Formats: sequence, structure tokens, C-alpha cells
Amino acid sequence: MPLITYRQALNDAFAEELTRDENVFLMGEEVAQYNGAYKVTEGLWKRFGSKRVIDTPISEAAFLGLGVGAAMMGLRPVVELMFWSFAYVGFDQIMNNAGCIRYMSGGLINVPMVIRGPANGGTNVGATHSHTPENFLANTPGLKVVCPATPYDAKGLMIASIRDNDTVCFMENTLLYGDLGEVPDGSYTIPLGVADVKREGLDVSLIAHGRAVLTCLAAAEILATEHGIEAEVVDLRSIRPLDEETILNSVAKTHRAVLVDENKPFCGVSAQIAALLAEHAFDDLDAPVLRVTALDAPAIYSMPLEKLQLPDAQAVVAKVLSSF
Amino acid sequence: MARTLSLPSKSKKTAAKKVVRLAAPKVVAKKASPKSLKPLKTKGPAQTGKKSPTKPITAKATAKAPTKAVAAPPKVTSSDFSSSPFNSSLKPAEKIGFLREMLRIRRFEQQALKYYNQGIMGGFLHLYNGQESVAVGTASLMNGHDEIITAYRDHGHALAVGMGMNECMAELFGKGTGCSKGKGGSMHFFAPDKHYWGGHGIVAGQTPLGLGLAFAIKYKQINGCAVAFLGDGAVNQGVFSECLNMAALWDLPIVYVIENNGYSMGTSLERSSAVNGSLAKRAEGFCVEWATCGGFDLYELRANLGAAMERARKESKPMVLEVSTYRYYGHSVADANTKKYRSPEEIDLYKSEHDPITLWQNQLLSEKVITQAGIEKIDDEAKAEAAAAAEFGIASPWPSEESIFEDIYHEVDHKTEAGQTGSFFFSE
Ligand SMILES: Cc1ncc(C[n+]2csc(CCOP(=O)(O)OP(=O)(O)O)c2C)c(N)n1
Ligand SMILES: [Mg+2]
Repeated sequence: MPLITYRQALNDAFAEELTRDENVFLMGEEVAQYNGAYKVTEGLWKRFGSKRVIDTPISEAAFLGLGVGAAMMGLRPVVELMFWSFAYVGFDQIMNNAGCIRYMSGGLINVPMVIRGPANGGTNVGATHSHTPENFLANTPGLKVVCPATPYDAKGLMIASIRDNDTVCFMENTLLYGDLGEVPDGSYTIPLGVADVKREGLDVSLIAHGRAVLTCLAAAEILATEHGIEAEVVDLRSIRPLDEETILNSVAKTHRAVLVDENKPFCGVSAQIAALLAEHAFDDLDAPVLRVTALDAPAIYSMPLEKLQLPDAQAVVAKVLSSF
Repeated sequence: MARTLSLPSKSKKTAAKKVVRLAAPKVVAKKASPKSLKPLKTKGPAQTGKKSPTKPITAKATAKAPTKAVAAPPKVTSSDFSSSPFNSSLKPAEKIGFLREMLRIRRFEQQALKYYNQGIMGGFLHLYNGQESVAVGTASLMNGHDEIITAYRDHGHALAVGMGMNECMAELFGKGTGCSKGKGGSMHFFAPDKHYWGGHGIVAGQTPLGLGLAFAIKYKQINGCAVAFLGDGAVNQGVFSECLNMAALWDLPIVYVIENNGYSMGTSLERSSAVNGSLAKRAEGFCVEWATCGGFDLYELRANLGAAMERARKESKPMVLEVSTYRYYGHSVADANTKKYRSPEEIDLYKSEHDPITLWQNQLLSEKVITQAGIEKIDDEAKAEAAAAAEFGIASPWPSEESIFEDIYHEVDHKTEAGQTGSFFFSE
């Protein structure tokens, strides 16, 4: 299988879908002639032209809303946010329109749109550019939320998201764009709502999404080699729909859960998983559910301190050890 | 190009001229050009003050700030517009049809009001009474490929495009037989099969959706346009300005119709908007063609909006059309202050002099298209239809409890593969 970057995997997914369905179009700031602020859409404007790959003005509310309106009419917009942090100026369009129109119309309308872009901290750019809004997007019934951790998942989940008939909020990660992974050529999909056990183990379940999955894998190696603990790493891949079954099966097997989350702790994704475990895995658990999340403060600029704000492998290892 | 404005005072004029020239719309001819539209009615209810409500205004839009003591809209001069290409070939049956639609909307809403006041109907109820001509005029101009979208004051548009009174009334009662199965309520009526995309509760939230409709029309090369309605208060939302820029930048076939009824809730236009002649004039800053017209007389509305829509379709260009109109009731029925921020005399004046239904009836009587008895018959039918719709709504069942989790995800509703993987809902 070809070894390509996470960025290229996404790019390939767009090319596949732009070729397959003429209703698919890409839109966003700098996605076309500039080739994308993070070069995720590189070459697509040249290949598919101005009708299909469209540069927008810096007007998130208007172009997100435009996407919703166009999707209501049967087009399949893939709208890039340069950062998910910028969604906030257009939040009404996501929450009220993309999220609620189907319901409020009694099912007469659906909004097959993908809203995508990076949502991560850890890049030394301060609070306004470091938000991880997957928790509050997933808090809105009507929206779907996807957070791929690897190039393979990124491509398959992106193709599935573009073909999905509901609005999918697709969260990438600037720190992952350069990561290499094996990705098949051509088209394939990974269904939303199916978690992936990225490492099997019997002693503790590390449950995460996005880049935190890689942190967990690194921690699992340390736990295995230095502490003789075999951790299972569950990659949620999508937050909503959520693969509750895989989570519960894993915890039923390991009897321990440590939730690792670059999202904030308060009402964050890990809080939802903790509630799930409290309700449905109580009897399976040999220890309290523990969490390693982003520190509960706005993302700090200062580089060494920012590193402390996000979960790292050592923090995960320490938390796991504390549960035994 | 009028694309870059720099010096405020000087460039304003230049930009204005350029926009007019840029547009030089063949179909619109002179009427839609802001400079030549006559009579310019930007001083309709827009600048209605509380004093001297009887003085008619015929002034043109000027660069001056609006004066306070302006009151009534200009006298309606239907005959000026009956010969417009959009009106001259109307058949009597069509003209009578417009009357029927306006009466149906009014009777529908009055019926709803009755039950709302009895406490049987909940929610907000934003009545369209007084503005019916705008929705009916618009629907009458739709070509089968045009798409429309509006805000929460949406009953009139819904009925005008052909939604049934029963489904609409049942929705107001929150019943499962409602157009949105009781999930949307008064502010959220939709009928995509009738090219009607809602019904939106967030002020100006529908304006970029309208842009998306226009985008899709252009993308699919359809011979149509989008018409997006917004209020005089909604123009102050930032997203609307973003939309004007993008509409001009991408030549999207959209007509933004500002239904200027003079008030946003209890705030008069002069207390909410910095105005230089008209709200529509703001479009100049975005190189978007604009015009104003009266909305009380169907001929006038059709002449102006018809030209705007035709231009949007043929030239794929956006336009802002500000229509003066007036609502008789409060912002919503729950608006207890409806007579505090405006005088009862003002309301009476509009009802007696500028009621779109009365004006149209008189027009048709003078054209001998209909008799008084004929009008009464239509009105009686509208009343009976509305009463029957209310009965239907009341008698209809509530939505089923299971339906709470329906119509959230398309994939779940349709039991597709994508709707089967993972948990979608998290309440027990
Ligand atoms: C974003 C937002 N802010 C405030 C409101 C509350 N609100 C609803 S309608 C309205 C007044 C709008 O007036 P206008 O745009 O003139 O429309 P009209 O009611 O006259 O039809 C307000 C303040 C809202 N629904 N949405
Ligand atoms: Mg208003």
C-alpha cells in the first residue's frame, strides 16, 4: 500500500469525490488558487476548475450558510474552515440551520454538507486558534462529528462523510497533516459510528479520538515495555454517531478505563464517555474511570507551558499507573 | 469599477452612479433604477414618526438623514403600474386569484389569533396582517424554478406558494398533521416541493441560505432566481452584509426583499438603523443594484419585483428591493406594547388608507373584474376554509412520542447502512 500523508489522504478523498459526483464542490478561504492554507486542497483547483473549487471571502457566516442552502437544494458542499476556531463567527449557520432544519421541517429537508478543517491546540498560536469544538458540535442532535487520527481513517471517513446525507463536522489536525500512513489507492469508505481498536490489550482501555489516539499508542508502548501493562487503545473515530458497543466491550474485557482527550474536561467528549461507563460498565470496572484531558484553561501561547496543557504519553502512563 | 470605495463623501456619489450604470438592466428598464424609480417611496413607514401621521410624503431619497416628523406612506397610484409588462397581460381570473390568496392569508391568521388568545395555541405567532400583498405578489411571479425563503413571519409566504391551510394550522397547534409534524411551529414552515425553504427563526439567519439557493440555481444552470425576504431590523445583522458582498462577487441570481414594516419588534426603523435615504441603498456599498417600492399595491409590487426577478434570472445578478409595508398587530401576538411604540392613529391610518386587500378590491371593482358580491363570496369561502382548518388542527392528534427521534438524521430515518452504525441518540 502506498505510504502517504494525512494531508494527501484527504486530498485524494476530495479528488475521488469531485470526480465521482458533479454535485460535490469545495469551498473556503484560500482553498483554490492558494492551494489551501494547509495545502490540503493542493492542486484541486487546477484540476477541477473554479466551479468546483472555490475561494471565498473571509465571511464564515455567509459561506457556511451558503453551503447549507446549496445542500438543501441537493448539492454536496465541502466547506473548509481554515481553523475550526473560526466557525464561531458562523456558528448560527451550523447549529440552527445545518443542525435543526431537518427537524424543524419534519424531515422534508436534509443538509448533506461536510464542514471541515483543523481543530487542535498545541501549535503555539494562542487561544483563538486552538479550539476543539467537537464536544459542543456533538451536543447538537442533527450534526455528526468525525475526528480521524490516521491517514487511512482520514480518507475513508472523508469519503463516507461526503456521501453522507446529513451534515458532518469533520475535524482534522494541523499536527497530523504531515503524518505518514498506508492508504489504499482509489475509493473506500469507513462508516461513521464505528470505532477502531488500534491496539489490543487486556489490562486497561485507553479511549481517545483524534491526535490523542497517537498519544495513547505511545503511552501503551511505554506501559508494555516498562510496566508490563497491556493497554487496549480504542479510537472513537467519530464522536456522533458514537460506537458505544466497542467502548463497552473493551472495558468489559480490561475492567479499567482511562479516557484521553485533547478536548477540555468540562462537558467534553471524555465526560460523555465517562457517563456512558458509569451507566453501563459499572459492574465491569475494577477502578474508577480516569481522565487525561487538555488542562481547563484557554490555550496558552507560551510554548513550554502549552505543551503541559495537552495530554502527552507520560501523563497517560502516570494516570494508568495510578489506577492500579 | 465601483468595487473599491475609498473616500466616503465623494465616492458615495460616484459609487451610486456607477451602480446604476453598471446595472443598466434591460428588463428592469427604468423602474428598478434607484434614480428613476417613481415614486420613490423610501419614506413610507420606514421613517414613520409618531407625530402628524397624516402628512403624505413624496420626497425622493436624499442624502439627508431621515427627518422625524414623516408619517404616512405616499398615496398609492395603482394605475401607474397596471400597464407594467408584469401586469398588463394579467387575466381577470389571475387578479381575482390574488385577492383570494390575500384574503385566505388574512382569514387564516385571524382564525389562528382567536385560538392563540384562548390559550389553545402556543408558541410565538408573528402575524402578517397588512403585509399580505408582498407574499402573494411574490408567489405570483415565481416561474416554477424560482426558490424563496423568509424569516419567522412566514404564514403568508407559505399559503401564497400553495401550502394548505390545514397543514399550516395544524402546525400552529403543534399537531402531528402539521406541515412540519409539529416540530417547527409558527416560525418554521417549509415546502421544498413548492420551492419554499422556510420559515426561519433567527433574524437574518436565512439570508445566507438564500444565497445558497441562488448558488445552487447558478451551479445547476437553472432558469430561476432566489428571493430571500428579511425585515427592516434584519438588515443590521452582519451576515446580511457578507451576503451582499458574495452575491455581487459571484453574480448570484438573488433578490433580497426587505419587507420594511417600519419596526423591528418595538424599535422603529429610525431608532435601529442609520439610514441615508433608504435601507436598500446600503447595497451600493457592495455594488449591488437596489430599488425601493411600495408594497401596498399589488401592481406596484409586481412591477418592481417582477423586474428584479427577471433581471436576476436573465443576467444572474443580485438586487435588493426594499418594499414598504406595515403590520397591524404586534411583533408577535405576545407583544403587549404594540400600541406603545406607535400610535393607534398610525395603525388606523394604514388600515384605512393602505390596506393591501382593500386597495386591491377597489382596484378590481374599478376594473369591473369583480363585483362586491363576488368579493364577499371569496371572503366567506376564505373564512370558512380557515375555520375548517382550525377544526382540523384541533381535532388532529399530537405527534407520537416516538416521533421525537425522527427527522433528525436522514440516514437514520431512511434506515440506510450509514444510519445503522453507532449510537445517534444518548438519552435513555
Ligand atoms: C439573532 C436574533 N436576534 C433577535 C431575535 C429576536 N427577534 C425576533 S424578530 C425581531 C425583530 C425583527 O424585526 P424585522 O427584521 O424588522 O422583521 P419584522 O418582525 O418586522 O417582520 C427580533 C429582535 C431573533 N429572533 N434572532
Ligand atoms: Mg420590521
